[in-house]
Amino acid sequence: MAGSIEIEGLTKSFGGFRAVDDVSFVAEDGKITALLGPSGSGKSTALRMIAGLERPDSGRITIAGEDQTRTSVQERRVGFVFQHYALFRHMTVQQNVEFGLRVRKEDPAKRRARVLELLDLVHMTPFAERYPGQLSGGQRQRVALARALAPQPKVLLLDEPFGALDAKVRHDLRRWLDELHRELGVTSLLVTHDQEEALELANKIVVMHEGRVEQVGSPGDVYDNPTTPFVAGFVGSANVLHGSVVDGHIHLGSFRLPGASHLQDGASATAFVRPHDIRVAGGEGDVKAVIERLASLGWLTRVTLRLDDGEALVAHVPNEELHGAVEGDRIGVDLRNPKAFLKSESEQPTDA
Amino acid sequence: MAAVVAIEQDAKRPEGRARPPSGAALRRWSLRGATFVYLGLFILLPVVAILQHGFGDGLANLKAALDTFGAKAAIRLTLEMAALTAIINGIFGTLLAYVLVRIRFPGRDLLSTVVDLPFAVPTLVAGVMLVALYGPSSTVGGWFEAHGIHIIFAPLGILLALLFVTLPLVVRSVQPVLLELDPAEEEAARVLGAGRWTTFRRVMFPALRPAIAAGCLLAFARSLGEFGAIVIVSGNRVNDTLTAPVFISQLLQPGHYGSTGGPDPAAAVSAVLFGLAFVLVLVTEKLVSLGKERS
Amino acid sequence: MSAPPTERVKPSPAGDEDLTRLRNADARRGRLVRGVMLAVALVYVSVLLLAPLAGIFIYALKSGLGTIGQTFSQPDVRHAFLLTFVIMAITVVVTTFFGVIVALVLARDRFPGKRLVSALVDLPLAVSPVVVGLMAVLLFGRGGWFEPFFASRGIQIMFALPAMILVTIFISIPFVIREVVPVLQELGMEEEQAAWTLGASRLQTFIRVTLRNIRWGLLYGIALSAARAIGEVGAVLIVSGTLTGKTETATLYILRAFDQYQDQQGYIVALTLATFSIVLLIGIETFKRRRTAEAD
Repeated sequence: MAGSIEIEGLTKSFGGFRAVDDVSFVAEDGKITALLGPSGSGKSTALRMIAGLERPDSGRITIAGEDQTRTSVQERRVGFVFQHYALFRHMTVQQNVEFGLRVRKEDPAKRRARVLELLDLVHMTPFAERYPGQLSGGQRQRVALARALAPQPKVLLLDEPFGALDAKVRHDLRRWLDELHRELGVTSLLVTHDQEEALELANKIVVMHEGRVEQVGSPGDVYDNPTTPFVAGFVGSANVLHGSVVDGHIHLGSFRLPGASHLQDGASATAFVRPHDIRVAGGEGDVKAVIERLASLGWLTRVTLRLDDGEALVAHVPNEELHGAVEGDRIGVDLRNPKAFLKSESEQPTDA
Repeated sequence: MAAVVAIEQDAKRPEGRARPPSGAALRRWSLRGATFVYLGLFILLPVVAILQHGFGDGLANLKAALDTFGAKAAIRLTLEMAALTAIINGIFGTLLAYVLVRIRFPGRDLLSTVVDLPFAVPTLVAGVMLVALYGPSSTVGGWFEAHGIHIIFAPLGILLALLFVTLPLVVRSVQPVLLELDPAEEEAARVLGAGRWTTFRRVMFPALRPAIAAGCLLAFARSLGEFGAIVIVSGNRVNDTLTAPVFISQLLQPGHYGSTGGPDPAAAVSAVLFGLAFVLVLVTEKLVSLGKERS
Repeated sequence: MSAPPTERVKPSPAGDEDLTRLRNADARRGRLVRGVMLAVALVYVSVLLLAPLAGIFIYALKSGLGTIGQTFSQPDVRHAFLLTFVIMAITVVVTTFFGVIVALVLARDRFPGKRLVSALVDLPLAVSPVVVGLMAVLLFGRGGWFEPFFASRGIQIMFALPAMILVTIFISIPFVIREVVPVLQELGMEEEQAAWTLGASRLQTFIRVTLRNIRWGLLYGIALSAARAIGEVGAVLIVSGTLTGKTETATLYILRAFDQYQDQQGYIVALTLATFSIVLLIGIETFKRRRTAEAD
């Protein structure tokens, strides 16, 4: 498959520490694949091995149909974008972008044309003679992207490219990267810890945790159908409730929820419920709770609920549904789409 | 179970080990090899030679050297001069560093350049300059002589030469640390009512102490071995203005003292001198890195 | 102190007048103290450093331009300068080449005993030049470890140019290394890695990226080691045998001149060296400023 990246059984340890543990996935040709996970999950190490900047202990890396596991960085012809830009500080923007072409001894006229083309693409043409020190973070990253794309790499690898930028700049660049990708169609592998970024940009997400792959799927899959408790807690926010399994339901103190039929009777279990899956009930609902706090999020309201047994829940409720309820009211709520996992598997991902 | 493994990826990655296969090991080892050969041949080997010659027969050589006429006086003079230099330049060097960092005045850059003068000027030329200025035939020198102050061919000349040579060592040791100090700390002290001197004593000085100590130690170590600046200024009179390095050079000229054969006694004394200086340099490095860690 | 005078936090019913008076007095005292410090510093530097420099200029030029011309016409003077320059050039080339290699290893590599290597690099700074000469004698002089090896091949080391070059290299080793290592450490390796991903070979990356990035620190180190090499006297005195016209450097010439009461020529040669050092000093300052400017 031209331009795709196939990873099989990639493993790397540093001293006694297993950074990447038997990681396998495919990044399809022409698509954006995201490696998503918290810091320390091994995603950057995996990316650097694909680039050739680190050497795997075992496993295979196939880029565009060729085994590149043992080839040098230079031979792989991958484009790499670093979190901290890594622009050549003593070269102008123009010289930075043409570096890859100069090194391959491209004809000067063609080089110039290509550089202009790319500068135009990233909207940095007026800055061609500036030095990186004179640019803002967002501008530097755009130059870094242009530089990486100049030699027409087969694949584009991005290591937390927006991690060092302000929130607003990050959002803008995210959208812009999306458009860029639509236009160029280069196979891209993006490492990020920002799940919003992954959900928005990627065609496929590989969720990683402690060096292992937790789940591979489309954004929808990973969000709606998490296969492990870690994914359930990490991707999107979730309320975490603990209980035990009785007859296909998970009993949580004063109430119970369905969705545990795949779990063993009597076992301890954890249920994850998304904030937007907690709705104000028409009648009794699944459980009664007291409204502790209301915070307006525009057309949604963030409702902090306190159950009778002391547990807290966070719900995102459309304003109309609240029917004018105020803090202190006791209402019935429905908890929809709970995802249940055995307690022994459960990590402790962040509560919503 | 604890949440995410919080170890930052970068912290675990060994520095600089971003290397793909083949040729990497060869490259690494050839660089290392060049380093070991270069340093081993040029530095380690000579040091071993000195140690072997000086102490190969136990302490006999050292004793012979120390028994040589004028040896003990030379060593004592060297130590005294080095200590005086370290103290005086410790004070003035710190003062200069402060002036260069905290006071804005026209010509500050020029002053900074002048402070580095001793790094550029040959030590021998520094000695010659002192002779030109304070020698008996110059107006300034004549004035001093007339008032009974002996500079050239006297310990005072030696001191001036050493102060000249070591001043930038102290200034450049203290200056970077001063630059890093946050004036906000001192302002806080002032707001709380501390006077100027108290602020200096309680807030600035503790932070500067390691750097000042490092500078003084460097000046001391340098003074122990100084030759060029002293050899012309001092007159090299035995038991009077003869310093250890000049003494050693004389030991190496056959027949000058004639007492001990060969360079071994010189090697013994040299080893002691430079061993002391080396230890001082190492301590200095430690002080500098400790100071950096704290900030 | 450059910080503006701060108010004493004293809730006083006495009012603004008192505070203003206190503040003014404080500011005046502050200015006075700073003024005194500045004056003391300037006086110290002038007396210690500038006065001798002025002294040698005046003294050497006192004899008139004629003597200067006469001095430079002497063949041994010219030869001395030439020898100094040759030794300096070779020393700088060797210490720069190997210095960069060692700096790369110290800044980027990891192996047991790295601290020892780092300490070794600092060792020449602690050693008296006289002791360096002694080391050379022990290795290459009569009865020295390497003497038979070279003698049997008819190569003369001691009392000849090779020994002088070797000792000058020894004392110049630390400068390039100590200036380049911190620069390399600050830079990290990301730019090099970026260059590799763009297809540059290691050599290309080293030349286009690494060298470019360390250039000011490197030049600063080179200028310092050049100055040191020119000024070397103690070690070369011992190993040279001071054969006039053959193994006499400019500094050794000055020594001999004063020994033989040819003071005037000694002063002139010293003045020449001093002038050259001032040129070097300007270079040193420029490189140092550029290097510091980049570190921010």
